[in-house]
Amino acid sequence: MSARRRMRLDNAGTDLPVLLPGAERLADRARRDRLVGTMPRLHWTHGAVLAGLIVLWAGMAEAQTGAAEPGVFDALFRWMPLLLEGFGFNILISFMSMAIGTAVGVALGLGQISLLAPVRGSSWLVTQFFRNAPWLVLLFFVMFMMPFEFVVFGTVIPFPDWIKATIGLALPVMANVSEIVRGAVMSVPSGQWESSESLAFNRRQTLFMIILPQCIKRMIPPWMNLYAILTMATVLASIVGVSEMMTLTRRALAAEQNAFTLLVPFYGFVLLCFFAYCYPIARFTLYLERRYHVIT
Amino acid sequence: MAQPVLAKETVDQPEAAWTPDRPIVEITDVHKAFGPVEVLKGVSLDVMKGDVVCIIGPSGSGKSTLLRCINALVDIQKGSIRVEGQEVHVPKLDKLALRKKVGMVFQQYNLFPHKTALDNVMMAPLKVLKQDRRDVEGRARELLAKVRLTGKEASYPGELSGGQQQRVAIARSLAMGPDVMLFDEVTAALDPETVKEVLVTIRQLAEEGMTCMLVTHEMGFAREIADHIYFTDHGRIVEHGPPAEFFQNAQDPRTKEFLSQIL
Repeated sequence: MSARRRMRLDNAGTDLPVLLPGAERLADRARRDRLVGTMPRLHWTHGAVLAGLIVLWAGMAEAQTGAAEPGVFDALFRWMPLLLEGFGFNILISFMSMAIGTAVGVALGLGQISLLAPVRGSSWLVTQFFRNAPWLVLLFFVMFMMPFEFVVFGTVIPFPDWIKATIGLALPVMANVSEIVRGAVMSVPSGQWESSESLAFNRRQTLFMIILPQCIKRMIPPWMNLYAILTMATVLASIVGVSEMMTLTRRALAAEQNAFTLLVPFYGFVLLCFFAYCYPIARFTLYLERRYHVIT
Repeated sequence: MAQPVLAKETVDQPEAAWTPDRPIVEITDVHKAFGPVEVLKGVSLDVMKGDVVCIIGPSGSGKSTLLRCINALVDIQKGSIRVEGQEVHVPKLDKLALRKKVGMVFQQYNLFPHKTALDNVMMAPLKVLKQDRRDVEGRARELLAKVRLTGKEASYPGELSGGQQQRVAIARSLAMGPDVMLFDEVTAALDPETVKEVLVTIRQLAEEGMTCMLVTHEMGFAREIADHIYFTDHGRIVEHGPPAEFFQNAQDPRTKEFLSQIL
């Protein structure tokens, strides 16, 4: 700890004790700026402000409804269990897409660094194709390409929409994971390959014992970032008819005769749920990025 | 990547034919080009067992490439390299056997950052040679003691100074039990104070009779330790000789110029 502190002071570039606290803070900020570029920095207070605004918004809508009409919050509380169930479905889809996409994507990423030109070329092509395709189009494509049921030995196995949606969303995840893996492997200095080779490690051993263990740290932040993006994209499944949160919200609103005063609070609630889920992930990603950046 | 044209397999001298009275490293007319850039233009040199050879010369003269050719990190276009009589420059090279014989230490240490010093030393014998863990650990601790790093076994490379890292790298190479050690500008990335501790380790190795080939810019050290010095420029060996002779009466104008700039 003291070594790190000393290093920090060195970076701050001053010996005057009076200047040290300020200099240290400035050095910290400079380091962070280099890291996140000119992007505005996220702070937990931003999250709190946003959550407060949404609650306020719902409250205002409540106030606008006449005394004769049932309260906005009443309606929201009535539908909340169903909506949250839908949200759980979104999470489930995101988990499964991420799992499938990661598994296939890692293989594809390793294919991209294969020594065999055909493997390398085809992995690259698949990666680029799915990475540069709109997610919604991929979703439609999988939706209409796959049958709604399979018949295996006379048994009909249904193939529900949500599984198709999961596969559809796993495709872009796969392509992005592939690029994350390739990028991480490339970011390991070539000296690591050289020294492993000179110690008689073969390529496979080098990759799995030396290169990949070093990559995992570098891959986790972008991988988590991708997960947050995927979670937000799961609402796309509503367009193809999967009963996730967005679909259920629309149905709930329809059941309430699409009361104008309910639109904002209901969709606000959906936003709030996603925010509450994704924001901590974004914060944690940022924390990991900072931490690993300093060490490596 | 296009497969380079490889030399014909030499059958006249099988491995068993090598005896310590013949050069342990035999380099004959080696040519190497990276694309259109010819880095080695016919280099020949022999190293006898127990010799310490220093290769000096301006940057870009092919010194590091030459070292990398010896343990087949880099393939060559023409010529022959034999280590203990075994041709390196063949398509069906037994890389494992070659790299057990030839250890290499790099300028940038290249330790495995996710492993402790001890694990760095143990990894190759354990995973590549599949030796018994207890034996390997015992030897690894001895090697770390030898490079004077007792107490640093559990440190990660990031927690060690450059000189300490480089000594771990030397121990790591020695763990494979090599007959020849290649040192590629191992002190170039170090600050002057830590250069010494690494050089002391190398000298100790040399005194124990290890065959060493060093690419170095430490002229004082080269003069002190080397049995033979080679000066390379533009991919050729311009001049060579025992250090006393080499440093006092260099004949070639390029050598003279280089030495006048360095010394």
